[in-house]
Amino acid sequence: MTQSPPSLLSLFTGFFTVGMFGFGGVGPWARRLVVEQKKWMTAAEFTDLLGLCQFLPGGNVMNLTIALGSRFQGIPGAVAAFLGLMTMPVVVVIGLGAIYDQYADFPPVRRAVVALAAAAAAFVLANAIKVAMPLRGKPLGIAVAVITFVAIALLRLPLAIAMPVLAALSIALLWRFQR
Amino acid sequence: MTGSVLTDLMLIFGQVSLLAFGGGNSVLPEMQRQVVEVQGWMTAREFAALYALAQAAPGPNMLVVALVGWQVAGLSGALVAVLSLCGPSSVLTYFTVRIWFRLRDAPWRRAVQAGLLPITAGLIMAGAVLLTTTTTTGLATGAVTAAATAVFLFTRVHPLIVLAIAAALGAGGFLV
Repeated sequence: MTQSPPSLLSLFTGFFTVGMFGFGGVGPWARRLVVEQKKWMTAAEFTDLLGLCQFLPGGNVMNLTIALGSRFQGIPGAVAAFLGLMTMPVVVVIGLGAIYDQYADFPPVRRAVVALAAAAAAFVLANAIKVAMPLRGKPLGIAVAVITFVAIALLRLPLAIAMPVLAALSIALLWRFQR
Repeated sequence: MTGSVLTDLMLIFGQVSLLAFGGGNSVLPEMQRQVVEVQGWMTAREFAALYALAQAAPGPNMLVVALVGWQVAGLSGALVAVLSLCGPSSVLTYFTVRIWFRLRDAPWRRAVQAGLLPITAGLIMAGAVLLTTTTTTGLATGAVTAAATAVFLFTRVHPLIVLAIAAALGAGGFLV
């Protein structure tokens, strides 16, 4: 720890700005706040904590607010950082939804959303390609990814059933053959 | 009626919360399956439109759940959906962070993390393909997806600018 622990208010306001400006992903903004601007943690501490947050289920930065907030100020700190991150985005997204409800039948709005949806799908597609890149040259990993894809996208299996089976299979395979 | 819808939202997104290994996009196919196929709350196209709106807003990319909740049960639906999605994973994070320093050097942790990576990759690709098949309504929207994917992959243009250009082209009637 590089400074005295941040107060509840500064946890809230700090992550409030992350939520407000974090278009298209809040990760880089969170790093800027915690490491560069406020110096709440060193880069190494931040990377370590983010590693935990990526390891656990749930949104990575959402988990980060809980982990970081609770480390400095216990449960109130976790709640303050979490609410800071989420308040503005939830308000904006519900506002957008309400406006869309109102004007969904107005042709320019309908056309804009159709085009927006195509671009948003591209965002996920690009993300999918980036996440898959580290699997290059790892046939076992590629095989597990393909099986997962088929199970979920084509067979449409429930994730709650597919996930434990796939996870056990993947961890066992990689543990056995790729050490 | 509303009570049972709120319960459904809570159960669905509470479960999704604990399955979201690798972040929000990895549970996109499961959310779509539950919302469109199991519950029949909306069509796949409507879900894709809500996802696009959530993407255009700031903040974590899992906020499509707020819009799903809003559509099926108004403001209380939106809040229940968001809290159900965030609650279980947050509680798990809170308790895990305390034992993290003993956990992180354990050999099985690396194995688990390495094993989850290809699954996350497959899940996100599944979500991307499901979304793309619903948003590709014709040649023009397909071209938007292809062009935007290339921009996201090969340039550092801000995503919001790409989304704004696409929406403007659409509104102007150049695409559909």
